[in-house]
Amino acid sequence: MAEESKGRMEDHGSEALRRLIAAMPEAICDTHARLGDATALVEAARIADVLHFLRDTPGLEFEMLVDLTAVDYVGETPRFELVYHLLSLKHNHRVRIKARVLESAPEIDTVVSVWPAAGWMEREVWDLYGIRFRGHPDLRRILLYEEFEGHPLRKDYPKEKRQPLIGPRN
Amino acid sequence: MASEPHLLTERERDRREDDSYGDLHTEHQILNMGPSHPASHGTVKFVIELDGESIIDLDVQVGYLHRGFEKECESGTWYQAIPYTDRLNYNSAILANTGYCLAVEKLLQLETPERCQYLRVLAGELSRVGDHLTRAGAACLELAAMTPFLFGIEARELNWDLQEVLCGARVTSNYIRIGGVKHDMPRSFPGICRENVAKIRALLKDFDDVVTENRIFVDRLRGTGFLSREDCIRYAVTGPLLRAAGVAHDLRKSQPYLVYDRLDFDIPIGEVGDNYDRYLVVVEEMHQSLRIIEQCVDWLEKSSGPVNIDDPRVRWPAKGRVFNQMEELIQQFKSVTEGPRVPAGEAYQAIESPNGELGFYVVSDGSAVPWKVRCRPPSFINLQPLPLMLRGALLGDLIPTFDFVNMIGGECDR
Repeated sequence: MAEESKGRMEDHGSEALRRLIAAMPEAICDTHARLGDATALVEAARIADVLHFLRDTPGLEFEMLVDLTAVDYVGETPRFELVYHLLSLKHNHRVRIKARVLESAPEIDTVVSVWPAAGWMEREVWDLYGIRFRGHPDLRRILLYEEFEGHPLRKDYPKEKRQPLIGPRN
Repeated sequence: MASEPHLLTERERDRREDDSYGDLHTEHQILNMGPSHPASHGTVKFVIELDGESIIDLDVQVGYLHRGFEKECESGTWYQAIPYTDRLNYNSAILANTGYCLAVEKLLQLETPERCQYLRVLAGELSRVGDHLTRAGAACLELAAMTPFLFGIEARELNWDLQEVLCGARVTSNYIRIGGVKHDMPRSFPGICRENVAKIRALLKDFDDVVTENRIFVDRLRGTGFLSREDCIRYAVTGPLLRAAGVAHDLRKSQPYLVYDRLDFDIPIGEVGDNYDRYLVVVEEMHQSLRIIEQCVDWLEKSSGPVNIDDPRVRWPAKGRVFNQMEELIQQFKSVTEGPRVPAGEAYQAIESPNGELGFYVVSDGSAVPWKVRCRPPSFINLQPLPLMLRGALLGDLIPTFDFVNMIGGECDR
């Protein structure tokens, strides 16, 4: 995310990256298209703007949020990376958008208003990685239960850790 | 809120109790259904808000089968994740194997031999038929029609026999390897396959005779579980649900992988996107898969070649050499204990599973252990708009709608 890297941003032949760089260069930190997957790393604060732009721009029209997940790069700063995979049915192309959030403030804006599909995906990321989504209407745990302590897909969560058993609530 | 009951006058109380004076006093009821309910297959809990028999709102609670798929994958070698992918969807284990291996091969930049690709398509389409048979058969069973369910199960049995001949196991077959498949098909396979495909077709005909124009069945499915094209896209719904809503999107056609671009098959689509359209799409897809299977068998019978890539990073040396040469023994030992080292990077590979887009997003830090293996589960994502399909519907409509969403607990909850 160094400032100098913003100067030599490339679109790697991807229409989506080209138009994204042209429209909001200040929001984009890095791009690559390794193994044929067009990818942009964007500023976490601008994630909703970027995704709105990709969904609504004629010629791009990424109308589907295929997947949302996170990766824990423990030891790096910022530690967490959110990964959004988008698909356009109309143009049959894909793009991957990533944003980094700090360990001290694991928060990012929700995109439920852009795609309702994000509802459960964001709940899963909150559940397993402990990243909060600002403005999410119903941010409960989804795969685990409310009494579970910790977020198991974080790299510092031990695989063998036991959790207290809970009984039925009603 | 009305005044306290004991403060009501006697006359007022009589008036309220007698429904001839107006509507009965009613209130919404909350019904817990599941996580283990005889009329649904799959472990999921519905908290249903009911007005009489109508569904006002629905909260779908998943996660009962969560067993830490991703966490487990992050603690073994790249090879050791393959059996876990078997257990995502018990009906189509091979397709999950294929998706994972294709993603890892993308990171390794490997191109598998043609024969391997045909074998993968063949095994994958067998899985798809099995998955669709279970979906259509179980839907009949849960709508109280036992006979078509038995037709479906008989056909699935024939299909599993084929998978056993091909892979050596019926359900969790663990057939696909990084850079290849476990072994070539046995010489007897084409004959058995043609025989069983003919029998499956006959059973599908029987199934069709009993079900497709059956008045009870049609009444339960027509007009229920409706989800529009726009809502499908907003909720990232893929697979037969999206195609039933009239969108001809199938990754085998739109973004072909393996050898699907060389095979001849059609993509059925529906008109309105209700449960009946989903049923028709699923049944037609089985016929198309059988066509693909026959084309693959014909090709495999006529041609020959290696089924595994000859790349020292992923190749396991032939047993004969392992027992006679020191270097090969060392390589075998390294392959088993450590497995391949995958170059650092990230890759996303999606395939068309019977439920929709099954994607694997893999991240490597350059070591022999995956940094992250994310499975994009179609069941999980297709289940999310279930309340949208059912608001205002009757409680009984939940059963066929949930059946045709075809949520598979292992894949949904991972």
